[in-house]
Amino acid sequence: MGKELKRIKKDSLERLYNHLSVNRRIYAPVRTPDNKVEYRYNPAFADVTFDHIRSTLSVKNLVFPKVENLLYYTVTKTETTVAEADVNKIRDVVLWGAHPCDAAAYDILRSIFCWDIIDTYFLKRLEKLVVIGLSCKTADEYCFCTSVGLSPDSSKGSDILLSPLKNGDFRAEILTEKGSKIVSSQPSLFEEYPGEEILVAEVRKKFDSDLVTKNLSANFEHPFWIENSLRCLGCGACAYVCPTCACFDIQDETKGKNGRRYRSWDSCGFGLFTIHTSGHNPRSVQSQRWRQRIMHKFSYMPERNNSLGCVGCGRCSQGCPVDMNIAEQLEALQSI
Amino acid sequence: MSENIYKPYRMEIENIIEETPDVRTFRLRFKDEGDAARFSFKAGQFGEYSVAGEGESTFCVASSPTRKGYIECTFRKAGRVTNALLNLEIGDTVGFRGPYGNTFPVEQWENKNLLYIAGGIALPPMRCVIWNTIDLRDRYKDITIIYGARTVSDLVYKHELKEWSERTDIKLITTVDPGGQTQDWKGEIGFVPAVLEKIAPSSENTIAILCGPPVMIKFTMPVLKRLGYEDKDIYTTLENRMKCGFGKCGRCNVGKIYVCKDGPVFTYEQLLKMPAEY
Repeated sequence: MGKELKRIKKDSLERLYNHLSVNRRIYAPVRTPDNKVEYRYNPAFADVTFDHIRSTLSVKNLVFPKVENLLYYTVTKTETTVAEADVNKIRDVVLWGAHPCDAAAYDILRSIFCWDIIDTYFLKRLEKLVVIGLSCKTADEYCFCTSVGLSPDSSKGSDILLSPLKNGDFRAEILTEKGSKIVSSQPSLFEEYPGEEILVAEVRKKFDSDLVTKNLSANFEHPFWIENSLRCLGCGACAYVCPTCACFDIQDETKGKNGRRYRSWDSCGFGLFTIHTSGHNPRSVQSQRWRQRIMHKFSYMPERNNSLGCVGCGRCSQGCPVDMNIAEQLEALQSI
Repeated sequence: MSENIYKPYRMEIENIIEETPDVRTFRLRFKDEGDAARFSFKAGQFGEYSVAGEGESTFCVASSPTRKGYIECTFRKAGRVTNALLNLEIGDTVGFRGPYGNTFPVEQWENKNLLYIAGGIALPPMRCVIWNTIDLRDRYKDITIIYGARTVSDLVYKHELKEWSERTDIKLITTVDPGGQTQDWKGEIGFVPAVLEKIAPSSENTIAILCGPPVMIKFTMPVLKRLGYEDKDIYTTLENRMKCGFGKCGRCNVGKIYVCKDGPVFTYEQLLKMPAEY
């Protein structure tokens, strides 16, 4: 569908928020007492933040939870019974105030979970999700969305994208069927858009991702990887905060005779990730694992999934305990 | 919505063979007849075998698709899941998801000689294709199997090695590492690459299928090259760590390849184009 532009007055936003909270959960960003930003279910509108740059964690958990139960079983001496985790119990969620980088990540995750065999849990969660995006009016030194084909006001992944106007009102871009349904259910909240300019952050383009992709394929063996990963702790924080990292583990956990099989977030940065039963490890040192992280996102995924595996949110750089900055490294990779 | 891709088939252990003190072969039958009727696989494919409460483990299907109605798997006790499997008995239930991955192109190999080279616990992932081609024996020319293990007691499928050695239409050479022989050992003594060099099977119209520990592969490849085998005619099956089996969990990713989807069967020509992360 072609996109449609509307205006929502500042005072109408709360009514929209409360309308969207009826009969479903709404997941919105709030400031914590220590001035961090995190998404919570059903916060009061007064607590929702509109001026944050990024939340500590991404919002990928809405479609790819930290822990997703796959099966439940009961084991007794005579019998084992297995029940599936019911995808039909997955509930509607409205994601409110997702910045364009986070909203764009869902398409990338889809390219992993649905590229061949469909992952039912992922797809059901995505179908049940409505994304109310929020353009960024501020950015910081970690942001690099403009280097990976996005922008502070790109609409990819949003059903409705809100962009701030000077007087405190918002422009609403209605982008999908899901978005149109919301407009038609509350038509009085959406007014004619008079064509004012939106307030949008400036994000400097740090590198040319096509050039990075091209250079990576020729530089698998390059001292760069060792030089630039010597201080990597292998802690996995980058993958944990990443909106597009999708690697997972599958484990069983049992209590008494009842148990579950679940999948949980994992990271290619961990030494145990690839280790064979024999003890042989194809990526036995940290530089190989750091290389895998960058290669996967900027070389393998463009070729395999037709998409970069990065949205430029900057969380991995901000969250890294030893200050490894992926954007700086990608900038350097343009010219090796 | 499509089905739950993580739900295993329920399989009953019909038979257990104690191959070595820590290696077992299970014959598994589908508990649900509908599952049995719908299921099919080809040589080279693998699956996720599970024990509820312990987890899943990845092995190739070790039986041939020419043998209908059951599948077999062979595993060595090495971790939590295989330890749990080892403690199961006939009649117990295990989970199985699969089949996953690509296959050995046995149709393309028709009218060629086949040279199988395996080391240690790497015979099970090749047993499937070995039986597949032996069961269709008249479609292939010479079939040679070179199988080595550290010691005589580490050789798996002893009952089948005997059967193969007695057949006149298969050439079987078994070998054990120096010091691994018993007093009545009649096979070769020496490492697989040395035995291969000694036997020197012609590369003329021949496909080599190779599987073993990295060190065996490393020293066997140059011998095959000296014998004139081309990269495109040397096949192997990779054993990268996996969790999901269908290209999502990320563990078996090597370059742009997912071993679980694009493999596990690769030619040496394909391997040379991949980063050596296997």
